[in-house]
Amino acid sequence: MNRFDKTFQAADRKMFIPFFTLGDPNREESLALIRAAVDAGADAVELGFPFSDPITDGPINQRSMARSLKAGMTYDGCVEMLRDIREIYPDLPIGLLLYYNLLFKRGRSAYAELADIGVDGVVCSDLPIDESAEHMELLAEHGLGCIQMVAPNTPIDRATRLFDTSSAFTYVISRFGTTGPSAEFEDNSVQRIEMLRSLTDKPIVVGFGVSKHSQVVDFWNAGADGVIVGSHFSLLVERNLDDVSLARKEIEGFVRGLRTPDAA
Amino acid sequence: MFAELELRARFGDKGYGGNYSSESLVAVLQEVEDGFVKAQADPVFMNRFRELLTTFAGRATPLMFAERLSEKYGRRIYLKREDLLHGGAHKTNSVIGQLLLAQYMGKTRIIAETGAGQHGVATAMTGAKLGLPVEVYMGAIDVQRQQSNVKRMELFGATVHPVSTGGATLKDAINDAMRDWITNVGSTYHCFGTAAGPYPYPSMVKYFQSVIGVEAKEQLREQAGVLPDAVFACIGGGSNAIGTFAPFVDDPSVRLYGAEPGGLDDGSDKHAATLTRGTPGVFHGMHSLFLQNAEGQITNTHSIAAGLDYPGVGPELVALQDSGRATYEAVSDAETVDAFAELSLLEGIIPAFESAHALALALRTAPKLDSEAVLLVCISGRGDKDLDEYWHYRGI
Repeated sequence: MNRFDKTFQAADRKMFIPFFTLGDPNREESLALIRAAVDAGADAVELGFPFSDPITDGPINQRSMARSLKAGMTYDGCVEMLRDIREIYPDLPIGLLLYYNLLFKRGRSAYAELADIGVDGVVCSDLPIDESAEHMELLAEHGLGCIQMVAPNTPIDRATRLFDTSSAFTYVISRFGTTGPSAEFEDNSVQRIEMLRSLTDKPIVVGFGVSKHSQVVDFWNAGADGVIVGSHFSLLVERNLDDVSLARKEIEGFVRGLRTPDAA
Repeated sequence: MFAELELRARFGDKGYGGNYSSESLVAVLQEVEDGFVKAQADPVFMNRFRELLTTFAGRATPLMFAERLSEKYGRRIYLKREDLLHGGAHKTNSVIGQLLLAQYMGKTRIIAETGAGQHGVATAMTGAKLGLPVEVYMGAIDVQRQQSNVKRMELFGATVHPVSTGGATLKDAINDAMRDWITNVGSTYHCFGTAAGPYPYPSMVKYFQSVIGVEAKEQLREQAGVLPDAVFACIGGGSNAIGTFAPFVDDPSVRLYGAEPGGLDDGSDKHAATLTRGTPGVFHGMHSLFLQNAEGQITNTHSIAAGLDYPGVGPELVALQDSGRATYEAVSDAETVDAFAELSLLEGIIPAFESAHALALALRTAPKLDSEAVLLVCISGRGDKDLDEYWHYRGI
């Protein structure tokens, strides 16, 4: 059983899942940021391989990926980082977010490699279910969780199909748009989660645009099993490139704050 | 007026094409397909489309026998004059179709990307004609080298967004247009500039652009009573090429040639020759060939022709190469500039740098063809926009 399934089944609390671009701003600092978040209480991590042209990402994550690539990050480098993280955290659920071309170029052996590392789930934001027969087959063959994405305009019957074909969890995009903080969510974003919740018993994780404790809690309360925060952390990195330890402390504080009785 | 419509999601034995879009765009791409199929079968829509192609855009464009060029190269060379189309390039054919479709679908806002600015200009002017607001994404480098087109777009009331990420050229402009569409999918139609991207764009844009080839075939029959022996077009994403080739694909005696941007041709990666030097990948909504590194990171490209400066290519053109039906060769910036000057001097026509690639390949190929051969070259656009770059290149 992959670690997401185990954690969701055992969960007596909602999951908080930080997202990081592997290698931003460099490998060493990147690993330190991920460790800080996990040590502060993150329940799982979603990690992105940097891509030259991240079309579903807003400006903040675009710059994060550009920094990582500029610092010399490669696919092999990501693999090595993942092995390090797995070694430090044997039980941590690890999800990956990749643009499909990276997997496509790595070839079919990529799936065996990710399974060998101990990755628990994979999502490609530019690979809709209609084009993913082979991808899904390979994930299943290697025991990797298949994370489907549901968009704000995904019709109900299609959403049901996406829930049904997900393992690990289903990634629900909170609102129209690319990744990046939203000052506020429209009421219908939260209501949509409530509606989707009523369609399935399988784990739902909400991401895109979440940057505040209150937003995390709103989505939890609407029925999400987990919430992902990403760009907010990339922005903290960007603002503290001279001294990344400041970003690390803020990220630590953000995660810890969610676990105070007031917040959770 | 158009080739027969054939909506295809996949091309060739290797299945190029497909619909690799983010989940947020899946529903709207279905809307586009449904709308297009319905509109294309609706006589009211098609009559309006034909009317605008005639009265607004100036179709049919002439087919011209290039006498002095033919004399010099010893082969009969005919030019399809898309440079005379309103807006200055073939882009207008597809834009009128797509913007009428956007209206038909009830969309109220248009976005587009542009390289050389020709697609942006065509979209901006057609948006003005139809009363649709237009926003155009354009690489910051292209904004700089195609200033006159930026000014034209602004005169038509369009907003031009310079894009400075990546290589700040066409690829990056497409990225930002796609991001805009993901964000504003309810109100907005993405007027895609070439016969590439996710299904149904490759087939739909080909259909709209097939007017070039269909007209040229008929005109050549009237003027010379023959089929061409060889057809030449330039290829960035490939919309004028696939549109020109469309009615000839099933004529086995007609050879199809595509000219792609060889850039500096100095062994460096300063080129955009995707068909001859690219590798298979999945990007911008399609499985096709791309210029990329071994890991799949997309490369920034270079061409003197901003409209060809793109690391991908339409999937049907790749399939035509695989099957051996079409032949593609890279043409360097230097050869392009020579052809640009030659057509100006010998025929009084300033071709776009993009189109000058096609002409350069035709002139390179002419001696290898039978002495009686008839060559058809698509002059896809006019070169007024390239004058500053030309004199700059010549060091003047």
